Amino acid sequence: MSPAHYFIEATYLLASVFFVLGLKAMSHPETARRGMFLAEAGMLAAIIGTLMHHEIVSYQWIIAGLVIGSIVGALMAIWVPMTAMPQRTALSHAFGALAAALVGIAEYTIRGSSMGGITLGALGLEVMLGSLTTTGSLVAAGKLQGVLRGTPIQFKGQHIVNLVLFSATVGSFVYVLLHPAAAAAFFLMVGLATVFGVMLVIPIGSADMPVVMSLLNSYAGLAASATGFVLSNNVLIIAGTLDGFSGLILSVLMCRAMNRSITNVLFGGFGAVAAVAANADGTMREINLEDAAVQLAYANRVIFIPGYGLATAQAQHAVRELGDLLEHRGVTVKYAIHPVAGRMPGHMNVLLAEANIPYSSLYEMEQINPEFPSTDVAVVIGANDVVNPDARDNPKSPIAGMPILEADRAKSVIVLKRGQGRGFSGLENPLFYKPVTAMLYGDAKNSLTQLTQAVQHA
Amino acid sequence: MNPAVLIASIYVFVLAAFLGYQVISRVPPLLHTPLMSATNAISGISLIGSIVIAGAHHTQLSTILGFVAVTTATVNVVGGFGITDRMLKMFQKRQQQKAVQK
Repeated sequence: MSPAHYFIEATYLLASVFFVLGLKAMSHPETARRGMFLAEAGMLAAIIGTLMHHEIVSYQWIIAGLVIGSIVGALMAIWVPMTAMPQRTALSHAFGALAAALVGIAEYTIRGSSMGGITLGALGLEVMLGSLTTTGSLVAAGKLQGVLRGTPIQFKGQHIVNLVLFSATVGSFVYVLLHPAAAAAFFLMVGLATVFGVMLVIPIGSADMPVVMSLLNSYAGLAASATGFVLSNNVLIIAGTLDGFSGLILSVLMCRAMNRSITNVLFGGFGAVAAVAANADGTMREINLEDAAVQLAYANRVIFIPGYGLATAQAQHAVRELGDLLEHRGVTVKYAIHPVAGRMPGHMNVLLAEANIPYSSLYEMEQINPEFPSTDVAVVIGANDVVNPDARDNPKSPIAGMPILEADRAKSVIVLKRGQGRGFSGLENPLFYKPVTAMLYGDAKNSLTQLTQAVQHA
Repeated sequence: MNPAVLIASIYVFVLAAFLGYQVISRVPPLLHTPLMSATNAISGISLIGSIVIAGAHHTQLSTILGFVAVTTATVNVVGGFGITDRMLKMFQKRQQQKAVQK
């Protein structure tokens, strides 16, 4: 081995260690940022090491790619608003997976026919996972951005079509394994996996996006890990596996937070069916701004419950202003975050942090639920299913068993809602019909700003 | 690939999986969004595979594929780490927040 080779391996080892330390630092918001600097340093070391690789004969394309990619990446990092974080992350999964897929395809065109069975197997997995994650993530990003319809897209015989597609993809993979020189079968496999990625995500509704995002995250990581097997490169295996397992853990957590299995999320087409009987009788009581303001101003304890509606209305700053004002008046203000509120894991936390709400005021479901009975006002902002008491009380409800924020146990509830329509799941929410509940219709941001003004005069 | 290398790779994979499970289960839900964008940036490590292919000039096709892969992987790395840092900067304790407001 040449000295350069040892140097390269040393940078890779350093990168691996730094990646692990960086993720470990993520266990607390105070250390997280420092940890990420370590991970960045590790990445830089790995890139510098790779530039010494003996196979590289010219640098023009490498530099061009690094420069263009850095500019696009930096622009994305600076300009994307926090409310668009789910789309950006989905897009980023697509980019990462595409890189892995392209590396695999290039490797195949260079030395595919002379590859051993094991390498070829890893390469096939890499390319399949990479391709389906690329298109799947693009569809997810399109749904989140609103370019594509957010409701599940379903048709008759969908499962059969998917099954045929899946078998055909695996079939061509097996054919390539048996006949490594069959380039046509290889590219057929790439094409089929690409279509399969689209088919996998279109039947899934927007409200289930946290699970899909986590799964795509996992696939993108596993594709990188498979690349490591093809290139016999340990840092690729380690980094890819860390990403793969992070995504997997998040998917499990998200599924648990909805009391659904992964198969149900992926193939259930949840949110397509409406009109389910619910314990929702009576009328919704409307409240005007002044009354709501008085209720808040003279409360002792207030809990805000943000949902996806907060993100669409960009109301994170408005809620902070109201919260600050209430605290100033001596009201205890807390924020209750459901694990699947929003469109990706942790979505609400990031939005509220952006509005300068200290993280010590943000409470997880298990922490805050016992506090609702002693809370004077629970303010639901653009959230629906995560506060639906049917999940707890009505075993026949499609969301039965899903853990909820028990806003209905608060002494009074104010629901900020755009209109009288149902949530994304299409379910009626009995909370809205309860006697203690009052509805304040209108754009969340507007309502909150006006509430703040009204509280000032209260 | 010779079997010894494969076995070593499987060891690395399995140990990394255990390590990942241990480390990532400790990340609080508060930081799940930054976690996802950080691990996503880290998996941009496929960049190092792309760099070799873009620079090695095996065939014209492989160079083009390599170039595109370098570009997209770099977007992933730079964009991912950039946005993770932007998010983490926002998570503040109460005292820090008061200091900022003054």
